[in-house]
Amino acid sequence: MTSPNARRLVAHDTARGLRLRALRVLGVIALLAFAGAARADAVDDTLARFLGDKFPQTEAAVRELAAEAPPTAAAILEALGDNRLLIDPADHLVAYKTAAGAILNAKTGEPIAGVDPAAFKKVRVNNALRSAIEGAMGSLTLANPDPEKRLAAAEDVFRTHDAKALPALQAQLGKESDPRVLAALKLAQASIFATSDTTSTQDRLAAIATLKERGDQDAQSLIDGIAQRATDPAVKGAAATALSAIHARLALWGVAQNLWYGISASSVLLLAAIGLAITFGVMGVINMAHGEMVMLGAYSTYVVQSLLPPSLQNWSLAFAIPLAFVVAGVVGIAIERLVIRFLYTRPLETLLATWGVSLILQQLVRSLFGANNRLVSNPPFMSGAFEIGGLSITTNRLWIIVLSALVFIGLQLVLRATPFGLQMRAVTQNRRMAASMGISTARVDMLAFGLGSGVAGIAGVALSQIDNVSPNLGQGYIIDSFMVVVFGGVGNLWGTAFGALLIGLANKLLEPLIGAVQGQIVLLIFIILFIQRRPRGLFALRGRAVEA
Amino acid sequence: MSARLNQLGLAFVVILVVAAILVPFLSLAVSSDSAFYLPPYLVQLLGKYLCYAILAVALDLVWGYCGILSLGHGAFFALGGYAMGMYLMRQIGTRGVYANPILPDFMVFLNWKELPVAWWGFNWFPYAMAMVVLVPGLLALAFGWFAFRSRVTGVYLSIITQAMTFALFKEFFRNDFGFGGNNGLTDFKDLLGFSVQSASTKAALFSASAIALIVAYAVSRAIIASKYGKALVAVRDAESRMRFLGYRVENYKLFVFVVSAIIAGIAGALYVPQVGIINPSEFAPANSIEAAIWVAVGGRGTLIGAALGAIAVNFAKTFFTGAFPEYWLYGLGLLFVLTTLFLPKGILGLALRDSRARSGPKTETSPIALEEGADS
Repeated sequence: MTSPNARRLVAHDTARGLRLRALRVLGVIALLAFAGAARADAVDDTLARFLGDKFPQTEAAVRELAAEAPPTAAAILEALGDNRLLIDPADHLVAYKTAAGAILNAKTGEPIAGVDPAAFKKVRVNNALRSAIEGAMGSLTLANPDPEKRLAAAEDVFRTHDAKALPALQAQLGKESDPRVLAALKLAQASIFATSDTTSTQDRLAAIATLKERGDQDAQSLIDGIAQRATDPAVKGAAATALSAIHARLALWGVAQNLWYGISASSVLLLAAIGLAITFGVMGVINMAHGEMVMLGAYSTYVVQSLLPPSLQNWSLAFAIPLAFVVAGVVGIAIERLVIRFLYTRPLETLLATWGVSLILQQLVRSLFGANNRLVSNPPFMSGAFEIGGLSITTNRLWIIVLSALVFIGLQLVLRATPFGLQMRAVTQNRRMAASMGISTARVDMLAFGLGSGVAGIAGVALSQIDNVSPNLGQGYIIDSFMVVVFGGVGNLWGTAFGALLIGLANKLLEPLIGAVQGQIVLLIFIILFIQRRPRGLFALRGRAVEA
Repeated sequence: MSARLNQLGLAFVVILVVAAILVPFLSLAVSSDSAFYLPPYLVQLLGKYLCYAILAVALDLVWGYCGILSLGHGAFFALGGYAMGMYLMRQIGTRGVYANPILPDFMVFLNWKELPVAWWGFNWFPYAMAMVVLVPGLLALAFGWFAFRSRVTGVYLSIITQAMTFALFKEFFRNDFGFGGNNGLTDFKDLLGFSVQSASTKAALFSASAIALIVAYAVSRAIIASKYGKALVAVRDAESRMRFLGYRVENYKLFVFVVSAIIAGIAGALYVPQVGIINPSEFAPANSIEAAIWVAVGGRGTLIGAALGAIAVNFAKTFFTGAFPEYWLYGLGLLFVLTTLFLPKGILGLALRDSRARSGPKTETSPIALEEGADS
């Protein structure tokens, strides 16, 4: 194998020989060949700098590689960063090892056959070099034909705001066609201008204005740095103004984000509590096993997902929701028929008996499915997140809000527009009078309990998408659900919705101020005090029947 | 209160007195080869049952005689326990891992420089004992004053007492709250100068628990037998009627609620040195509900039944969680369901059933409210 330098000499000789023969046509070709050789020469020279294995030379080589951008440049730089760039000073050979272990010629990118890996030496890297490599990689990918790659590269430059990337950046700015990439490139340029002390004041001010428009966390930290370090008073002043504008903007988005979290938490609370509100409203008994109905719904989702063939997995929730409703509803009716109906005159003992039922159901699920969390996956349309301005919205949370709204509307329709709903409201308002009017209160009780439990099962499907599916799933929601019902008052689903919204929002808005646990405690204390003021909740039913 | 219940109560006290004398004797004076020898761990276990029995008596006082199903008694119990635990922590002194004479280990670990105000004085035993009584008592007073004055009753009261327990549960888990976070307080060395590990201390704690149970029973019985107690039962059975007759219902409830909370706190204080640890899981809402089932199993409104129920259920728990751990929750769950369905007056109620015995639970199809407020 000849060394690169030797081959270069051969190329020179050939060119000279051709000119000596003075064949004009061939001479043109020779000129072209010479130009190609010159370019190859530059890369050869660059690669030769690696051979010395000295940091300043290596850094120069990195910079030149970025400028010359031969096809293997990215691979070489990556290899250098990972300590995979190899040199053989004796043979004047630069090579790199792929992740798979093959040794490739750095110049051609072709495998080198039959070499002894021991003959090679690794090129040393230090931290200064690493950042140089990053900058060089950034400018290399700035010219990538794939717009997504260019976008990512521009974002990279924005984050590092390394002035070394400026020439490549400006070159790309001139010819960029994709508007998204163009915007990102402009931002990246602004980040370099704004932080650089050598740029003119005017350019820096314009750059700061561009950054201010971006107005996110990254821009904030960038401008914060400028405001602290800049010596030019005009720049410093502009940075300070921009900073306060970004602060205000971020604070606003932060509040919006917390509101979103609060609404999301409220929708979960509403789903978990609305079934409880029905059973508590109609029958005046506390169902401590309500959380276990939620848990059964979550396990129904798990069962559906493990039984469905892969082709139907995207539709798993369409099967899980009715199944969860039926499973939890049937279990609820069984509980009502077997336990609760014997205890209507003793509400406190219903509380204890249903607690016993909840223990049995938990242990049953633990015996059947094991005590560990079960994995329930999000269908594709429910996974991922998207952004609106500074808001980050996860898709599964959004769907849960939609689901809880649908459940709420559905229940309102059942209550307002069906004969069963009418009977349920009658029993809620005055059981004895309803019975006197010929309503079979026992039947209403049974069906109401089934309905409430079934809705809890649907809540379980929703919770399986955002929480761990374990036998204890229901326990985490039961006390909050009680609070919602007690706060909202019974006999009126609007009360439940309002209670859920208020508790969910208050929880999430208090969280950043005083911490999650403290917020919950403050809220609990507030509800306890609130109950003292309005013992029957915010939306209490009024009438002679209520206070017996 | 029936005469037979009085006789049973006397027998109960006699048995406890005998136990208070006999257990230390069997543990300390009998040689360890003898068949009658009680090893310290058994003495400790029995002592623990007695503490639960005291808690059950406290709960029966409010639930059985005043109709207040408190789901906060586990919290009062734990608060008493924490007060005792704080005294025991301060007694460790320089024997802790960090050998700080003032600060307990967990504070040194959290890099605290001074003792928080809440911990002041807990190295002095009488102060700590005053706190065992005052902290649960004052909490019950404040909570009850709000709740009873605004006529929060029935399941609503149960739910907000549970919320209170839950709030304390969460609060005590926090390191910043200053009571050891989720690790709680443990690694105790001695109580009034006696090592908590020694067999004699354990025997003494057992006897103290037995005596405390007798006192709790006697106090509760005295309250119930008094004119005040008669009014209390009347409040339980017809609250509005008592109010219309001119009784200050809320004051009756408040008094018995506070006394009950104090008894629960004392039970917790006796419990902690025997089990050697107190941590936030004692505040778990499930504990308070379990205490209710002890009372229900033994027999509500009998006091002795509550104590026996606590001992029986906990004995079963010790046995089953050791022998068939996966079936214990089924057993406990069934106990809740079956007791409420078929034994509304508990084991003692069944045993005491006389000519006035009522029929079982109403099973007619239309559950027309018999009790006041049941159809609200």
